[in-house]
Amino acid sequence: MAEVSEIPLHMRRAQFDPIEELAQVRDSAGIAAVVTPFGVPAHLVSRYDDVREVLSDSARFSTADRRALTPPDAAGLTEEQYARARVGNLLSYDPPDHTRLRRMLTPEFTVRRMRALEPRIVEIVESALDDVERAGKPADLVSTFALPVPSLVICELLGVPYADRAAFQRRTVDQLDASHPPERRLALQQASREYMATLVARARRDPGEDILGMLVREHGDDVSAEELVGIASLLLLAGHETTANMLGLGTLALLRHPDQLAMVRDDPARVEPAVEELLRWLSIVHSGIPRTATTEVTIAGNTIAAGEHIVLALPGANRDPALVDDPDRLDITREPTGHVAFGHGLHHCLGAPLARLELRIAYPALLRRFPGLALAVPYEQIAFRPYSVIHGLQALPITW
Amino acid sequence: MRIVAERDRCIGAGNCVMTAPEVFDQGEDGLVAPLVDEADPVAPASVDAARRAVARCPATALRTLEV
Repeated sequence: MAEVSEIPLHMRRAQFDPIEELAQVRDSAGIAAVVTPFGVPAHLVSRYDDVREVLSDSARFSTADRRALTPPDAAGLTEEQYARARVGNLLSYDPPDHTRLRRMLTPEFTVRRMRALEPRIVEIVESALDDVERAGKPADLVSTFALPVPSLVICELLGVPYADRAAFQRRTVDQLDASHPPERRLALQQASREYMATLVARARRDPGEDILGMLVREHGDDVSAEELVGIASLLLLAGHETTANMLGLGTLALLRHPDQLAMVRDDPARVEPAVEELLRWLSIVHSGIPRTATTEVTIAGNTIAAGEHIVLALPGANRDPALVDDPDRLDITREPTGHVAFGHGLHHCLGAPLARLELRIAYPALLRRFPGLALAVPYEQIAFRPYSVIHGLQALPITW
Repeated sequence: MRIVAERDRCIGAGNCVMTAPEVFDQGEDGLVAPLVDEADPVAPASVDAARRAVARCPATALRTLEV
């Protein structure tokens, strides 16, 4: 088990907030030396403008360099073994391969498609709330609502049996837990791929009306089985874990700001800006995938040599006074900002329209169902996840 | 103000459709399909939203022309 002090600066939080040291870096040198959860030395980029610049330039900042994700002391595992676990993972590709894979998926996540999904998501949310109500108080909002809702949504979209959720949810949490040694996380990644390979094989035999079925039917000749497995594994992981953490943390954030909670509950016009502000303020993805400079670059006046690695402090960017006034204050009445919670550039979250839709439905539905929603334990006892690559809560005990 | 969209650069994130739905749509392929022709000016009421959409396009696939 790693010590909290070994967690890299950009992943460390004081509950919701990035730690003070991150703001100091942003306000002084702009970059800092860190070691990633994979044990790779990197430059941490902290300012909004610099983060956007790195994210939007895939020619100078590659995500395909294997060394960025291979621990220097790899416990006997080779660069190839780490690379194999990432085949089909869109985040690890530069153009033109990235473009080829992403274009297969863009039709599935259009704003229009999302609108068509809305009634089903409302149904899933209401049914989860029925379950919470029936089971009675107190309840853990994470395991009864925040996690089940996006899990069921992505299972149906992708074509993954919901009955398998306990196993894949567990693997996801462990895979993203930086307190496990890299070789353990690699093994979990491989286990996730093996599971997905069985679903891909089934879809190849009998393609259904879901994303796996569509990929097999329409692109079965252009993508390898290994690529399909990687694409689907990423969609499954990103589809449930991120939104789940937004729901849990976002609800807690609103409970700590009761005046803003009331606005989200009572005024439908407040919901959309509230979701954007929660995305910005929580910045649950600490940094996204590391980049590698393909040439010598200058960031915030610092020279970074070709081949050196870069990680982005997304909370640093989203809490930069250059982006918004009074950035550390949660204020859902702000004009929506150009936050980078979903990233920026070619790797901008593919599922962002889906995530937004789920959040816009789920927060107000929860708050209206339980107008007396409250923490069932003192705030100080709420357990955050200090080691996770995606910020979140271990549990959220609630009552109403 | 006019809008130029480069579909080659588009990644189908849908931000523009969300930000300025009266100016941008997506095709069946998920890529940007502007509702205003490149040769036509954007309606004055939509200019601010269109500018925000252009500034926030994650793939820098959108440009404005000030004529």
